[in-house]
Amino acid sequence: MGTTVTHAPAMEGLSEDKGSEPRHGPVKPERPAALKRRRRENLAGYLFMSPWIAGFLLLTAGPMVASLYFAFTDYNLFDAPKWIGLDNFSEMFGDPRWRHSVQVTLWYVVVGTPLKLIAALGVALLLAQSRRGQAFYRAAFYAPSLIGASVSVAIVWKAIFSDDAIVDRTQKIFGIDVGGWTGDPDMIIYSLVALTVWQFGAPMVIFLAGLKQVPRELYEAAEVDGAGKLRRFWNITLPMISPVLFFNVLLETIHSFQIFSSAYIVGGGAGGNACGPADGSMVYTCYLYVQGFENSRMGLASAMAWMLLVAVALVTAVLFWSQKRWVHYEEGAR
Amino acid sequence: MSAPATDIKPPAGSGALRHKLPGSVAWHIGSLLILAVILYPVIWVVGGSFKKSGDIVGSLDLFPGDPTIGNYTSLADGIADISISTFFFNSLFLAVGSVIGILVSCSLTAYAFAKIRFTGRNLLFTLMIGTLLLPYHVLLIPQYVLFRNMGMINTYTPLLLGKYLAIEAFFVFLMVQFMRNMPRELDEAARLDGCGHFRIYWSIVLPLSRPALITSAIFTFINSWNDFMGPLIYLNEPDKYTVSLGLKMFVDQEGLANYGGMIAMSLVALLPVLAFFLAFQRYLIDGMATSGLKG
Repeated sequence: MGTTVTHAPAMEGLSEDKGSEPRHGPVKPERPAALKRRRRENLAGYLFMSPWIAGFLLLTAGPMVASLYFAFTDYNLFDAPKWIGLDNFSEMFGDPRWRHSVQVTLWYVVVGTPLKLIAALGVALLLAQSRRGQAFYRAAFYAPSLIGASVSVAIVWKAIFSDDAIVDRTQKIFGIDVGGWTGDPDMIIYSLVALTVWQFGAPMVIFLAGLKQVPRELYEAAEVDGAGKLRRFWNITLPMISPVLFFNVLLETIHSFQIFSSAYIVGGGAGGNACGPADGSMVYTCYLYVQGFENSRMGLASAMAWMLLVAVALVTAVLFWSQKRWVHYEEGAR
Repeated sequence: MSAPATDIKPPAGSGALRHKLPGSVAWHIGSLLILAVILYPVIWVVGGSFKKSGDIVGSLDLFPGDPTIGNYTSLADGIADISISTFFFNSLFLAVGSVIGILVSCSLTAYAFAKIRFTGRNLLFTLMIGTLLLPYHVLLIPQYVLFRNMGMINTYTPLLLGKYLAIEAFFVFLMVQFMRNMPRELDEAARLDGCGHFRIYWSIVLPLSRPALITSAIFTFINSWNDFMGPLIYLNEPDKYTVSLGLKMFVDQEGLANYGGMIAMSLVALLPVLAFFLAFQRYLIDGMATSGLKG
């Protein structure tokens, strides 16, 4: 990684020119100078990049290789890793608790992400209609996204959704009596869904920026042609903001798969389980944490992490593949 | 629909003028309703922090009938014999350390990507973007093993080192986008005058990147302040705990017995983030917005 002698096609004869710059000078004055400059640029580039390169090798690429190796071993941190082939994977697939965690996570992603994005787009459309007060509302709606991942909010969330607390009481006014959400194995996941929807502000800001870039003439032309509001949204707004929609779908989906802190805190403490009553909020990374750091099963946890990586990579690939069909980039951009 | 031709106002505002009143009233009502839904939990919690522990759960009242600051004064006792200021100081140390690291390392990397033409640049850029999408959990265990073998468990090194090695691709990306949009003439002129890359980076590009640097700094501070998983894994002595871990310990130890204290402590822990938000919300929101548009 450190050396930089990849030759570009135009730079043939790089090695012969070495050290002979002054002699060639009068004949072809630019070439050695250009060569020297190019080498200097390479050196500068890699010098500036060196922290990132070191970090990439030490903290990303290296660990990824190590993690792949651990996935095929039995490793408890204290004894050397022992190669066990595919045993971790067969144990994982046969483990009902693992399958449960997959189910909980998928449910969270499939319910939470669309709800959050719909809320984000809906509110963005509303805010985009007016300038007065827009900055204030935009900032106020954005604030939850900044604090949503904190332990504080998770604790508060647990308090709000616990039995006989404010959400439960409000439900009862409407005659719904399901008790507190956080104590119910089936309901706790919805308190987490509510938490992620509460943070719709971040994708909303991105939607708003996208909406601002839609040329007004398009709407005016459509209006002249007699297109109604819904048609204008469907045929103009949606295609025009499809790149930001794609960006939001991609990022939010990937993030949802990795939910940890809120599930761990909101679920924590109930019945001694790390993640919710009867594993109600046992999302994938919670189980990964339990297996790796509470049971010291580093090999198994690495295998789980790689499964997560494969799942996220698949979702990313499908989204990128699908974007040909529904994402419209303007000519010039991209 | 369209404004009469005699209207003197510019065309953009003219059509809207007529509909302004009823439309904007509905608009404000809608926006305020959304605001109420978002703030509902916040107000209940803030109100609850001034109630006695027994009165918080089981009450729909947003505001205490008999306000007390007892929950806040009880925080002075600390958690498990450790003063709360210790947790705050630890979190502050990590957050400031992270900000410095991110600003230095990410801006250097971004400069290379945006302003230097070197062999292999595109490949490295693709790799960096790839790390943006990489789930952190794949690195969790091997990084832990690495730092454990280096004897760095229960130190702040594992939480800080990555920040000095530009590990946060998002900020590199943000700064690259920003630097690419600077007029080329500026640094090209400096090149002709014989300035080296470091001079250009330091005296031209860095000062002009201020908005991107500020955005990155604030996000880094807040992310570090909110971080839970990192400290959870790497720190195991309570006097090294961050605010996040201290809070979790508080909940585990006192829990329902001191419900009011728990809520008060949660709110106090959020104060620095809220202060940052109020002071710099423009930078945060603009930063978010551009990240989406350029992606």
